[in-house]
Amino acid sequence: MKILVPVKRVPDPTQKAKIKDGHIDLTGASWIVNTFDEYAVETALRLLENGESNTRTAGSEIVVVTIGPDDAAKELRTTLAMGADRAIHVVAKDEELDSLVVVKVLSGIIAAEKPDVVILGKQAVDGDANQVGQMLAGALGWPQATFAASIEQSGSSFTVGREVDGGVEYKKVPTPAVITVDLRIVASHAVQNGVTPKTFAYGGEGARLPSLKGIMAAKKKPMATAKLADYGAEPAPVIKEVNVTLPPPRAAGQIVADIPTLVKKLAEEAKVI
Amino acid sequence: MSNVLAFCEFQDGALRTSALSNLAFAREAAKAHGGDVVILLVGHGAQAASAAAAKYAGKVVVVDDPKLEHYLAETYAPILADQAKANNAAVVTATATAIGKDVMPRVAAALGAGMASDIAKLGDAKNRFVRPILAGNAYSTVEISTPTICVTARQSEFEPAAELGSAGTVSTAPAGTIDAKGAEFVKLDAQKSDRPDLGDAKVVVSGGRGMKNGENFKVLEELADLLGAAMGASRAATDAGMVPADWQVGQTGKIVAPNLYFAVAISGAIQHLAGMKGSKTIVAINKNKDEPIFQVADYGVVQEWEKAVPELISEIKKLKATR
Repeated sequence: MKILVPVKRVPDPTQKAKIKDGHIDLTGASWIVNTFDEYAVETALRLLENGESNTRTAGSEIVVVTIGPDDAAKELRTTLAMGADRAIHVVAKDEELDSLVVVKVLSGIIAAEKPDVVILGKQAVDGDANQVGQMLAGALGWPQATFAASIEQSGSSFTVGREVDGGVEYKKVPTPAVITVDLRIVASHAVQNGVTPKTFAYGGEGARLPSLKGIMAAKKKPMATAKLADYGAEPAPVIKEVNVTLPPPRAAGQIVADIPTLVKKLAEEAKVI
Repeated sequence: MSNVLAFCEFQDGALRTSALSNLAFAREAAKAHGGDVVILLVGHGAQAASAAAAKYAGKVVVVDDPKLEHYLAETYAPILADQAKANNAAVVTATATAIGKDVMPRVAAALGAGMASDIAKLGDAKNRFVRPILAGNAYSTVEISTPTICVTARQSEFEPAAELGSAGTVSTAPAGTIDAKGAEFVKLDAQKSDRPDLGDAKVVVSGGRGMKNGENFKVLEELADLLGAAMGASRAATDAGMVPADWQVGQTGKIVAPNLYFAVAISGAIQHLAGMKGSKTIVAINKNKDEPIFQVADYGVVQEWEKAVPELISEIKKLKATR
């Protein structure tokens, strides 16, 4: 099975947002792989390995793709170090992109690469738009399973557990399909591929960290570079950011001495009970 | 092309409360464009909700077909796109619910439309939208230059629309070719609850990692039921399996903005704050005074929940008894 994982670099969300000239100031920002995309790489690895014996399924391949400036190669390389096999870096400035441009490029890459499944994070934690996976599935005419909290593979189809309003919905999609992953996809038993024993529990929290061996190996893994024009995409976004503002800070709160005081204040001051 | 097509979810012959927020935005957008709101109901049983929907707009279009019994993005998105064209929609909108977030980008792809997700308000022009980014730490105004624009509206940012004075017209439209692209609905493991929906509740009681186990949430549920509140939880609590995943409040999970939010034994990670800091009044109960939750709380009580919550229940009961 061949899995394509589009990834995006994002400014480290633990940094405090600053504004410069009406936009987020990214001068000197540190960058990370978008957490949900990191989970998508982890999901791809779990689908294509025996977790217990730590061996990859023969003939399987994970191709990672990013669309972004020259510097974004660094975060792309991180996903190779996690265990992806090959990378494609479509070099473009961030301001040349919007979700429709990204979908156009990814559609072109998918036409050439013909993956069985595309797995990506449900949203990037900078823009929080939550669009690309669904738009891509729509543009390709493929089925989609978004916000995956669990995936069970049987043959060439996936039964995906989706956290929806009021419960968990199970949806079955055949390949080729687009799957977007949510936080809980990295839980110990969330990915069942029929190869890793059901009893095997992935440990820790989140995606695997690149091992030293993985980091060394990643330096030799192929990373192709391309341009927007290679996929017929124009650097002409139809969604433009006009400006960014910071919300007013919440007024300072108060620590109250005890519960009776709290209840009195909620009733008389805030008037909410 | 000046109308606004509002895709509205329904249940048991009525619009969902979440849909009323969508209609509030839809009315603003229609006014800005000089057009009308058209409500679109899709699914088996849609006809039964049409009379209720007609109280909110001059026109309701119903696409009802037994093959649409279970929502699938693959079958619903083409219907939304077709109806957008048939009703000359400049804007296609839904509430940013699990369904709205799933279907709308697929509609945008079908229409070649730019999309603004999870918006907080209409901007200073009809094609400008203000939306939270960076987990709600900043607000971005985006301008979209496609002839049709797709939007999802954040429920907690729009007051539910009120009924209009007179009922609108109801018409039906065919579903066209229904092709699920091989996708199948398997089942829904529903979390049944008599409490209000997390998204609609006026009061929310949330617990975090410090609750230690699911059994301990019972005391929070008692507090919630006393206040007619919905239950919520931090990611740490849902990940640990203490409570159902759909209780999660945060950047992943529900975004809520009730009048009153209780954060009990919750540290206040960015992820969680993104989901609740729009609440009108925030109460934090935590034994550690240095937790970040106290920085957003209007009222903080530095105490163990084991002591504080039972006392809170008894004090509120006392207060109610005096009224």
